[in-house]
Amino acid sequence: MSPPALETRGLTKSFGALTVANAIDFGLERGARHALIGPNGAGKTSFVNLVTGALPPNAGQILLDGADVTGLPQAARVKHGLVRTFQITTLFRRLSVLENVALAVCERRGIAGGLFRPAGYHRAAIEEAFALIDRMGLADAAAQPVATLAYGRQRLIEIAVALALAPKVLLLDEPAAGVPSGETGRIIAAIEGLPPDIAVLIIDHDMDLVFRLAQRITVLVQGSVLVEGAPQAIRADPRVRQVYLGERGPA
Amino acid sequence: MLDSAGVAILARRHRYHPLEAVPWLAAVAAYFAFPSYLPLGAQILATILFALSADLVLGYAGIVTLGQAAFFGAGAYTAGLLAAHGWGEPITGLFAGAAAAALIGLLSGLVILRTAGLTLLMLTLVVASILYEAVNKASWLTGGDDGLQGMQVWPIFGRYPFDLFGRTAYFYCLIVLFLCWLAARRIVHSPFGRSLVGIRENIRRMHAIGAPVERRRLIVYTISAAFAGISGALIAQTTGFVGLTFLGLDRSGTVLIMLIIGGVGRLYGAFIGVPLYMIAQDRFSTIEPVYWYFWIGLLMVLLVVFARGGVLGLAERLQSRGEPGR
Repeated sequence: MSPPALETRGLTKSFGALTVANAIDFGLERGARHALIGPNGAGKTSFVNLVTGALPPNAGQILLDGADVTGLPQAARVKHGLVRTFQITTLFRRLSVLENVALAVCERRGIAGGLFRPAGYHRAAIEEAFALIDRMGLADAAAQPVATLAYGRQRLIEIAVALALAPKVLLLDEPAAGVPSGETGRIIAAIEGLPPDIAVLIIDHDMDLVFRLAQRITVLVQGSVLVEGAPQAIRADPRVRQVYLGERGPA
Repeated sequence: MLDSAGVAILARRHRYHPLEAVPWLAAVAAYFAFPSYLPLGAQILATILFALSADLVLGYAGIVTLGQAAFFGAGAYTAGLLAAHGWGEPITGLFAGAAAAALIGLLSGLVILRTAGLTLLMLTLVVASILYEAVNKASWLTGGDDGLQGMQVWPIFGRYPFDLFGRTAYFYCLIVLFLCWLAARRIVHSPFGRSLVGIRENIRRMHAIGAPVERRRLIVYTISAAFAGISGALIAQTTGFVGLTFLGLDRSGTVLIMLIIGGVGRLYGAFIGVPLYMIAQDRFSTIEPVYWYFWIGLLMVLLVVFARGGVLGLAERLQSRGEPGR
């Protein structure tokens, strides 16, 4: 059996007395549509930061395709196909939509360090970036600065930038956060349209979105995995209802 | 297959615009119009290169520095020491100045670019101060407080000697500036240059798309140091003098002011801010020898209040106001 696309073993991180990750064992299968849920402060975003390398763990291992990447810096993990989006839109706000995506395409193609050949000569890279924007339905806005777009459309650019990096594992940190409820449909559709071979982990507490997209759910509480299972099992689990769903009434 | 205006804009952005010829035509015209001001003109041209070097780090990579004079001075002292010790060939002097400055940029950058924000600002200041004191202490070599004496700069290509009226100096500076501008322009339009803008705009995003941010910053810091070094060498060779003020905080600060007046991060801010500042300085100090700094200060205040983004920023806003539908 091939190793999972992403795996963590005993991943632990604490800030003084506060433990944000407590020996997390987690596996994300190839092509999975997996969700990580938990109440606020459960350590979801810390988990993303640990996995991507933005935070160094105190203990434990992170494996991509069976290879240990725990010691690798963030940029090297991206080269291995581990890509994330941000809960709060993190884009080049004054640059055009097209250039936001083109910068990522150039990094992936390894041409971003080129000093002399004008960027405009890299036609293939620019067209690839445009095709991704088109796929998100943003072709009409390609030349506009990101800051001038509605927030829901900016969330789609986050996804386009991530796709530009040809991910094998894609971590979507609250992909619909801050988006008016009328527009979440477009974001759900964009996630449903992701290439099936990408392993996707959705980190969220929006139940509608999670139950619509995920085939498997892991529940995180106070830095520890409470339970993992299929959506129906999670919905029925009394512990989950108590610590999480209970806050909002029956799902 | 290109089906978007955006694609076309990106693909064509590096092409030359007719307006880009204006500074060069103006420089040639100034040569004929103001023959008695050529020495000042040469200084302005060399200082434009200095401001251009600052624009690369500050305007493009977003590295705020108060130590740019370290590289300017390193280039000046290198070219000056060569000329004072029997090697007055100017072109190799420029290369030597560039190399010395780049080396100092690379070595100091390796240490200080690990930091950010105010810490980095302070460290750039520290590097310049260390160099200043080292040159001051080594007075047996550098002349210390008195400045470096006895430079002998040979004719360019053995044929064009530097003359009293500054004709050779003017064209020498103009040609070197032009070549460096071509290189800088190439760099800012390259994928590397665009990734610097990415680092300036959102460093977290650059990390997340897998960019080797530290390496890119170090490379541009080194390139910028080399340009500053060439600028210092130019001024040393054309004025025949190098002194401690070449390394001073004053010079690091003034170059930023000139750049801010013109507009940061646009490649052409240096071409507007430096002549404006230096000509104003020349005029004000003639009219009012004691009080001229007041007028420079007033000009700065007006610019900051009414024209954020400098002269070029103001021009951009006026232009976009004129366009319909924006």
